[in-house]
Amino acid sequence: MSQTDIEIVVDDPTAPEDDSPSVVSSGTIEIVVCLLLLALAVTLGYDNWRTGASWDSTGPEPGYFPFYLSAILGGGSLYGLIAALVAHRKAAETFVTHAQARRVLAVFVPTLLFCLVMQFLGLYVASFLLIAGFMRFVGKIALWKSLLTAFLFTAIMFVTFDIAFDVIMPKGPLEAAFGR
Amino acid sequence: MEAFGLLLHGFAVLLTWKTLVLMMVGLVLGIFVGVLPGLGGPNGVAILLPLTFTMDPTSAIVMLSCIYWGALFGGAITSILFNIPGEAWSVATTFDGYPMAQQGRAAEALTAAFTSSFIGSLVAVLLITFLAPMISSFALKFGPPEFFAVYLLTFCSFVGLGREAKHKTVISMSLGLLLAGIGMDTVSGNLRMTFGSPELLRGINFLVAVIGLFGISEILLTMEERLALRGHAASISLRVVLGVWKDLPKYWVTLLRSSFIGCWLGITPGGAIAASFMGYNLAKRFAKEPESFGKGRIEGVFAPETAAHASGTSALLPMLALGIPGSGTAAILLGGLMVWGLNPGPLLFVEHKDFVWGLIASMYLGNVVGLVLVLTTVPIFASILRVPFAAVAPMIVVSCAIGAYAIQNAMFDIWLMLGFGVVGYVFKKIGIPLAPFTLALVLGNRAEDAFRLSMIGSGGTLKVFWSNGLVGSITTLAIVLLFWPLIEGLLGRVGWKASR
Repeated sequence: MSQTDIEIVVDDPTAPEDDSPSVVSSGTIEIVVCLLLLALAVTLGYDNWRTGASWDSTGPEPGYFPFYLSAILGGGSLYGLIAALVAHRKAAETFVTHAQARRVLAVFVPTLLFCLVMQFLGLYVASFLLIAGFMRFVGKIALWKSLLTAFLFTAIMFVTFDIAFDVIMPKGPLEAAFGR
Repeated sequence: MEAFGLLLHGFAVLLTWKTLVLMMVGLVLGIFVGVLPGLGGPNGVAILLPLTFTMDPTSAIVMLSCIYWGALFGGAITSILFNIPGEAWSVATTFDGYPMAQQGRAAEALTAAFTSSFIGSLVAVLLITFLAPMISSFALKFGPPEFFAVYLLTFCSFVGLGREAKHKTVISMSLGLLLAGIGMDTVSGNLRMTFGSPELLRGINFLVAVIGLFGISEILLTMEERLALRGHAASISLRVVLGVWKDLPKYWVTLLRSSFIGCWLGITPGGAIAASFMGYNLAKRFAKEPESFGKGRIEGVFAPETAAHASGTSALLPMLALGIPGSGTAAILLGGLMVWGLNPGPLLFVEHKDFVWGLIASMYLGNVVGLVLVLTTVPIFASILRVPFAAVAPMIVVSCAIGAYAIQNAMFDIWLMLGFGVVGYVFKKIGIPLAPFTLALVLGNRAEDAFRLSMIGSGGTLKVFWSNGLVGSITTLAIVLLFWPLIEGLLGRVGWKASR
């Protein structure tokens, strides 16, 4: 017979609270995104117009297709902007709560640092630091477990990509010291 | 019959130890990807794509498509045992799958899910085997106007038939098409939208964008939610499997109906998510006692799983035959084809027979092996969820970075990935769909080339898109689909007046 009595239980002690206040409403973000897209459409549209968006003796110029796409994007974002402004007066839907933003930043900031550190120390050292640091400080997992997991994962990645599949990753001083 | 011979040849290509091992590796990785929160089919395939760069295309596509089958299987495990759909297309599976698990029938539900997945794929693969060569040989007659019309049809059907707000689909699609145009212009060799940046010369790589949009943003979204879970751990015994299989013929109508829905929605850009819901709802509507759905009815597992798998598999049909992907994952596989130096489209069937038939054969074999694998290893995969997300999240980030960097060996791509991660997070939260963006980014250059070649050929008149019956009907259909919501509304109003 099948065994269904064993239960898997995983807790999430740092879960965002449900009653956390809203940081910003979806409507506001929608307005900001539409404005940014509108600015992008104008910039790209101008650049394509400069490249040449008309018709010459050989056919459409390089900027022809993207120029009209910029116009469509601009139109879409303008419509979105107006729609968001009209809807904004009504009920404001939460984009993100304080508690959620805290958790999202807890991933985003380490990821950003990881990308920065990679420029100097190479991908593998940066990966080790990211995994160990994240497990220890965000996940509150025992130090030895964090270090061991980070080391094993990084080592597996190194063997798989750099040695077995010849996919070369950015390296730093540590790898240089070992002559790789 | 020609197809059958070629298929046998495909099996011959496939049956080497190396390919079989890659297949197993792909399936296991795929199930992982399907089970873990914060990873899904498309980004699993995108992240693992760099592994295949040094392989020959056939081995590469076999491994990647097996990751895809694995992810489809994996989604069902968490839906049934934990009431957490690992993938959006498994949401409908939770409706009856989880109640079954609560009643102590988890093994039965899992067997039903895996078996129906298998049946759904099988129907879709049969369809691909016989239909794809026919479509592609027909498409060999296509010129640039016909191709542009088909691209237009794809884009328009997204706008007209999508469930999102229309302007958001338009924004997403035009942005994708624009970003595809960055860099060197393929027709004239001029630089476009690079603003003097040497990094932008290469253009924005489709796969880097996908890894950011689906990988990084998914991690951010997952962290927002409560990650606690509680569920059953089940192992499947042979007796349960045989018991479910014995009852299978009773549900043939449901299975067949869901397979059809899935194939249809997979080929048109409706997708596995829509298919699974539609399969479930129709099974419920046609059932003798619809109120028993949602309380642990096995048909409620059969219907959505069959449809989701049929759709996920048949999405590869237009990709193989026409070079137009039917789903996000198919789009990524298409991106892979280009990396390996293959030109997706009807010529693939002529120029790379080994590759195409190897892939189709791998769909048969991959699904059989996958079925056996999931039936025997469910407890192991279910226990992956015990691994804390604080360990999984940074590992996914690292995998994303490796994937993004490896594509072009460019540090700039790491930053692009991060940027797209933020864009993906924001877009998902305000309801701008990502699928049209992905499709536009991968098809952008080809659509533009087709358009410009048609324009050059016709001397600049749009009449070329109505120059013969075929291209004319595709273009007209595209425009009808684009304005479908308006037309539907209009028809509804006329019908309403008439009925009054």
